[in-house]
Amino acid sequence: MSPRAAWRLESLGFTEVYDYAAGKADWAAAGLPVEGKATEAPRIGEVARTDVPTCELRERIGDVRERVRAAGWDTCLVVNEERVVLGRLFRTELDGEADASAETVMRSGPSTFRPNVSVEEMTRFMRERGISTAVVTTSDGRLVGLFQWNVPAEG
Amino acid sequence: MKEVNRDEVRGLIERGAQLVELLPRPEYEEEHLAGAINIPLKELSEETVRQLDRDAPVIVYCHDYQ
Repeated sequence: MSPRAAWRLESLGFTEVYDYAAGKADWAAAGLPVEGKATEAPRIGEVARTDVPTCELRERIGDVRERVRAAGWDTCLVVNEERVVLGRLFRTELDGEADASAETVMRSGPSTFRPNVSVEEMTRFMRERGISTAVVTTSDGRLVGLFQWNVPAEG
Repeated sequence: MKEVNRDEVRGLIERGAQLVELLPRPEYEEEHLAGAINIPLKELSEETVRQLDRDAPVIVYCHDYQ
């Protein structure tokens, strides 16, 4: 309906009118600033760890492992030069053959979540699936950070 | 009238563009682009647009393409 409004504004004498057709869904998914009641609840983009280690496709696992461990992590996200997430290395891959490249051992296309998802909604989803971390990216795949949540021990 | 993408919207905001959300007030109050004002589509008229500066760009938006 926004094109109709844009035309209507022109008919009312406005000379420079633009239609942002992708709208607020696109804007919020990119982690850009929004206001309103919904923003009072914390979002995963605000609390995701932005210091999660990253590496490039061609890096040696041995080198990545050393860097990741020194930083106190046991996971690493494989990104391209645009910081688009291409894969993820977990402990198993980091413990593997030192001379392998990240590209050959990474788990490709990890699930990602948008920064405007509420912490409450995200933790409910993670609890149901028994996962403790979630990769947060903008709608065009660029890394925001790693959201972590401690799954309570069973029993 | 020209359709613009997210990056173009950001550039226009830097140029002083006015953001107008066309959705009903409850949806606007729930969440809107920072700095946007609300003129629900059904209320768009000569009178309600008086609050806008005719000499600055105006960007209108809804939820998404629908």
